[in-house]
Amino acid sequence: MFLLCASGESVKVFSTATEECLHALQGHTDLVTGVLLRPSNHLQAYSCSLDGTVRLWDFTDGILIRTYSIGYPIYGIYASAKHEGVIFIITPMHTDTNSELFQLVAVHLPQCGEQLVEAKELSAVLSNISSNPAASAFGREGQYIVSAKPLQLEVYFFKKQKSYSFFLKKDNQKGGKNTFTCITCHPTEDCIASGHEDGKIRLWRNFNHRKEYTYSTLHWHHSAVSSLRFTPEGTNLLSGGVESVLVQWRYNQESQRDFLPRLGGAITHISVSPDGALFCTSHSDNKITIIQSCVKVSAVIQGLVKGDRIRTDLMIEPRSKALVLNGKPGHLQFYSLQRDKLLYNLDIVQQEYIHESGLEQFEVVMAAFDASGSWLATVEERKQKAPELELNLKLWALDDQKQSFVLNTTISAPHEAQITALCFPHVSDGQTTMLVSTSRDGHFKAWQLAAPAHTEDEGPSWSCDFLGAYHSLVPECCCFSADSSLLAVGFQEVVTVWTPASWELLTTLSQPPGAVRDLCFGRLSCSKYLLGATTSKLLCCWNLLTCSLEWVTSMDVSLLLADPLSENMAAFCFEAGSTDLFVFKPGEPRPLFSHKALCSGRVTHAVFVPREVMLESCDEASQWLNCSHLYFLTQSMDLLTFITKAEEDKLTASSKQLVVSDDVAMTPFHLLLGKHRDQLENPQAESRLSVEPIRQPSSSAGIDELLQMPAHVLPSASFLCSMFVQSLLISVNKPSEQNKEKEEEMESEKEEEDSDGEMESRISRPEHMPSGESGCAAPALTKEEVRELRRLKKLDHSWMKGLLDQ
Amino acid sequence: MGEFVVHRVRFFDYMPSAIRAMAFNGSMQRLAVARGDGAVEIFNFADNYFQEKVIPGRSDRAIEALCWVRGRLFSAGLSGEIIEYDLEKLRPRYSVEAYGGPIWTISCNSQETLLGVGCEDGTVKMFEILEEGIQFQRNLDRQKGRIISLSWHPSGAQIAAGMIDMIRIFDAETGHATHRLLVERGLGTTRNTEVVVWSVAFLSNDTVISGDSAGKVQIWDAVTGTLIRSHLITKWDVLGLSVSQDESSVIAGTSEGTVVQFQALASTMGQENNQWVRTRTFKNHTHDVRALVHTDTAVVSGGMDTQLVVRPLLDKVEKNTKESALRKILFPHKSLVCCAKKAGLLLFQFPDHLELWRLGESSAKGQAGDRLPVMKNPEKLLQLQNKGEDHICCSAVSPCGSWVAFSTVSSVRLYKLQLSNGNISIKKVSKLPKELHSVHQLCFSSDSSRLFASSAQASVVVASLDQLQCKHLHTLKPKSGSSQPIHLLSASENGNWLAAAHTDGQIHVFNLHKLKLHCTLPVYSSCPTAIAIHPTTGHLLSAHADQQIFEFSLKLKEYTAWSRSLQREGLHPLWLQRDTPITHIAFNRNKPAHVFLHDAFMFCIIDQSLPLPQARKKLYNQMDLKTISPQKRIQESHAFKICKMFQHLLSVDLLDDSSLVVVERPLADIVSQLPPPVRQKKFAT
Repeated sequence: MFLLCASGESVKVFSTATEECLHALQGHTDLVTGVLLRPSNHLQAYSCSLDGTVRLWDFTDGILIRTYSIGYPIYGIYASAKHEGVIFIITPMHTDTNSELFQLVAVHLPQCGEQLVEAKELSAVLSNISSNPAASAFGREGQYIVSAKPLQLEVYFFKKQKSYSFFLKKDNQKGGKNTFTCITCHPTEDCIASGHEDGKIRLWRNFNHRKEYTYSTLHWHHSAVSSLRFTPEGTNLLSGGVESVLVQWRYNQESQRDFLPRLGGAITHISVSPDGALFCTSHSDNKITIIQSCVKVSAVIQGLVKGDRIRTDLMIEPRSKALVLNGKPGHLQFYSLQRDKLLYNLDIVQQEYIHESGLEQFEVVMAAFDASGSWLATVEERKQKAPELELNLKLWALDDQKQSFVLNTTISAPHEAQITALCFPHVSDGQTTMLVSTSRDGHFKAWQLAAPAHTEDEGPSWSCDFLGAYHSLVPECCCFSADSSLLAVGFQEVVTVWTPASWELLTTLSQPPGAVRDLCFGRLSCSKYLLGATTSKLLCCWNLLTCSLEWVTSMDVSLLLADPLSENMAAFCFEAGSTDLFVFKPGEPRPLFSHKALCSGRVTHAVFVPREVMLESCDEASQWLNCSHLYFLTQSMDLLTFITKAEEDKLTASSKQLVVSDDVAMTPFHLLLGKHRDQLENPQAESRLSVEPIRQPSSSAGIDELLQMPAHVLPSASFLCSMFVQSLLISVNKPSEQNKEKEEEMESEKEEEDSDGEMESRISRPEHMPSGESGCAAPALTKEEVRELRRLKKLDHSWMKGLLDQ
Repeated sequence: MGEFVVHRVRFFDYMPSAIRAMAFNGSMQRLAVARGDGAVEIFNFADNYFQEKVIPGRSDRAIEALCWVRGRLFSAGLSGEIIEYDLEKLRPRYSVEAYGGPIWTISCNSQETLLGVGCEDGTVKMFEILEEGIQFQRNLDRQKGRIISLSWHPSGAQIAAGMIDMIRIFDAETGHATHRLLVERGLGTTRNTEVVVWSVAFLSNDTVISGDSAGKVQIWDAVTGTLIRSHLITKWDVLGLSVSQDESSVIAGTSEGTVVQFQALASTMGQENNQWVRTRTFKNHTHDVRALVHTDTAVVSGGMDTQLVVRPLLDKVEKNTKESALRKILFPHKSLVCCAKKAGLLLFQFPDHLELWRLGESSAKGQAGDRLPVMKNPEKLLQLQNKGEDHICCSAVSPCGSWVAFSTVSSVRLYKLQLSNGNISIKKVSKLPKELHSVHQLCFSSDSSRLFASSAQASVVVASLDQLQCKHLHTLKPKSGSSQPIHLLSASENGNWLAAAHTDGQIHVFNLHKLKLHCTLPVYSSCPTAIAIHPTTGHLLSAHADQQIFEFSLKLKEYTAWSRSLQREGLHPLWLQRDTPITHIAFNRNKPAHVFLHDAFMFCIIDQSLPLPQARKKLYNQMDLKTISPQKRIQESHAFKICKMFQHLLSVDLLDDSSLVVVERPLADIVSQLPPPVRQKKFAT
């Protein structure tokens, strides 16, 4: 079973059994707006995109069969088995892009064998419709098509070439909003289900009469119904909305309904497999849930959890090197950058989240890890208004047995106003015992881990150690020096430097006008420098030895960041609507690297991620990436990173060579490695360093692919084994024990070659993988390996024919 | 418009009675409604849902079911009797004991030859309908348990009976039960309680639809006796069902106050495999919907909350017409309040007693809109309890306040009151003329010397009142042989004229000096709802159920010029859209051009000297007039001055001291006296 999902400019194909992304169907050059199984061939799918093309894919193998060029941006696609060779698309009524009016157009697909076909036979069916693809649907056996405008339902009968319109009032007496939100049609009976803004579902019948139409109303959802779907037999109706509850209504027994609650974020789409066995819901928090017959969640495909907004900084959990940020409401998410996978969500607030808009609930606004990763401090708050602010500071200790954080101390109302910064000192060796928090109430507090006063207490807990203030100014930021001997606190225009040992105010630093927004100590050789960004668009550097201003430069720094492993510092500057990046060393006048117009909008979250292995890059401009990756979050919540030219070359090399010679037929190796092709599709590839969405590191491509690929798309293990073993043998650095285990396992499987299916399933099962396997440094494909792969490719392919014939 | 001292009366504790049963006669367009107190009301759906006739109740008559047979109305109740009503005399014609214990249901076959009644003892009894009465024919097979509901197959060959836990289908020829359909009990705790089939409907395609106390509407195949489909529509009871004439739609009333519509719809277009699909839900009631009628164009429902609701089916009527508006009939269409104008007394009529109140007084002066302090509180002078089982059908107090008369279906009582500085003495007039035995309307002349009573055969009895004596003077009879009851009487203030209106729309005017018919007004198609004779000009003003107003000159025996111009120009559309009839007309002695009218939602002073409002102008322009300059005000003002300050008016009258009496009954007061409704889960509570 495959699940197709439009994602950005590609269509991703997931396996419903293993949750893995098998491949991405690449080719569109703009946002993909719709995916549809071809009614006449269920192994093929259409996809449409704003780039004005409709593409026909063989999604099991990931092959683009044909491209139909329409020429207008396409917002939705529909097809029916009754209409052979015709698809229906939603396009703007006028060619100018800002048009608000859309029409439904029938496109006759020309039947010819060419790859790129221009579809010229267009005929408008319905005009002035909604651009929302959920607001139109085909009726029973394709006899009619239904489209909903805000307050009007239009049914067009193909046979009679006649359309009927039904109107609703804007709202009823009780304030319910009748606006249509989505629509679907019963597969075997003449019944249209429509979802509405106020949570009602209406079932329309008799709509071939202008007057004697009738509808019945179902009401469970308390806010807008976002998606509706009938099961293929028409026995059930599924609905979902912001409540994140999947409701299953029995058709004709509507008082009986089943609920599947607590699915996560708001449900945005529902889809049902053609045999009706699986339901699938997509959620607003970047998640797909696969459900078995409305009773059991069988799989969850979760990307980076997309919350309403990110309020915490981006952080790296020092132990697992996972990226940590706001996830589900009230949670922190731990996200593995290596595997592009959510590790887990840590419940910080520990209160049930109520899915209703406009409700003030606790939010995690701040979090910090100490250097060793054994302590996590979080701040949660409710209600922005000052008099009713509720604040909690929580400290979490890492439990080695549970491998997760356990709540150690909860400090309710640690400050009287919002906390502006939270900071652990960088103690490299021993245990961290201090935390500094600054607040709008004009104080900063140092919290100390203290042994319990009473012996019956279970363990050490945190308590306030010192309360500092400076002329009743509001502290905005704080920062420990690299050796933690100094604490710098920015009190509006004044930077104060304290010694944490005795809590003495050492010095105040002179300051050009403008409040300090960001403070950062230099590292390693530059640790004598303190850098500060101010609201008056200045970046200042103080020399702590002389206590004087070393240099000042004028730039509107929105974020200042120090690489923990080098002297480098990154400054994101907001300039004329877009953000520029400068990487520099505090001691050197010239920046190491600069990238103008990185992205539009402000960058407020970024993090340096230490590399597993230091890169030996000779390239001067990319030297700063040797120690760490730099990840940053744009305003549109895209997580981007930088890669070096060498890495990029490697990525392309591992897949491109195969692609070039791949003109005969699709091979399983293309399946294996073709996925990497998407990493080529980089619009900024010509720049030496390019911004690119995060992908898996390619180093262990062969093994990763082999291990992560679902069993049923793999060739037999014996066939792959030699390549696999070879790739392991050539890998030089440190063949880990785990890999050896793997090898043994594979070899033992090789012996029982006769039972193909069983064996394959064993290989692919993720439980077989030791945890963190992909984290360990798997070797990159070398040229020899690639050559070897090509050699293998030229071997016997007869088994594959059987595979394709199935 | 002028300013008035207004007596705002809120001490009339009028409480309507719950609706128990309804029956609709499609050919006559009449709806019969039975109330909890045994009263039967007849509404004319062809004439703006006007409440034409009221047959007063009896305290021991609990009507469970009503049935029309051609133009005849039958009822059956827990007293075990079948009653046929005389719709001209507005009283029961006869009653027949069924000898089966309390009767739960009554149903007539479509041939209108047989009447089936379902009894407590488990028998279905057949009565043959004869011209002069009904005659017991036979019993069907006796069952264990009561028969709650009955429905004939349109062919008349079969009859379905709803019982406890089951439905029986009888062969009407042999009287044997042919099928036994077991009805499933409710789930959970209700599993142990038996389920009552409150209502059944037998359709011509051998489908039986049942509504039961477990909240289900079930569709059965009567040929095989199998359940086709079950719709759970409420957690409580489904109390009533009604089928449309073409059997394409069924409505079910529930204890939650909802009415649910089911429609037989083809699941795929162009095919005949109709399925019963739940479609619309109407929620117009707060309490049990006990009675339901599916007319061709509307759903009529009534229940414990005493309202009669006419909900048009928008797919059957033209949009934005009079028929497409929802109607709620809350109050009776005749006045239950009688005002003694000279004495300042109010007489309130209740089903079993009368209350006489003296209005409060105030000597303070104030600006328009001020609330004056009451010097003397209103005082309840008298409560007259009716003896016997029959309820009061009409009552009157003389303008001087010294006579009170009331009538039941069987007798008239007349009392002489004497008020002397705080003391009140009451004497019953013992000897009444024998002509005064069953009257529909009572009226005193303005000098309190005459009592007029509308009697049987459309005659008016005139009796003279003297010191403790009442003598029959004359019986006025119209020439034409109208036999419909007189429902309105109005005597002129000078004592010359008496106007009498019949429910069929005729209005006769009698000369009281000559004691003979003076003239008959041209019959208008709509029934008059209020009539009055102008004290100075001698014009007869009549308001009709379709909201038309006529003025007839009694001297010239023709419509006045004002009335003609009103007909020519037409009334304002907003005026015609009002849905309650004018129930009282009064005049102002000081300003002869002013006419006071009121319905339940407003009172209006028509200034006949001003131009009539034009259709495109605003009808309710009182507020606008206040803000514009005096010159413009004269241009803008029109004849209809409407005041909506007082809500749910039961009576508006002008006393002789030019103060206005307004009797209000706020709806919230009625609602607060209703029993609590069934508990319902409300979202977010």
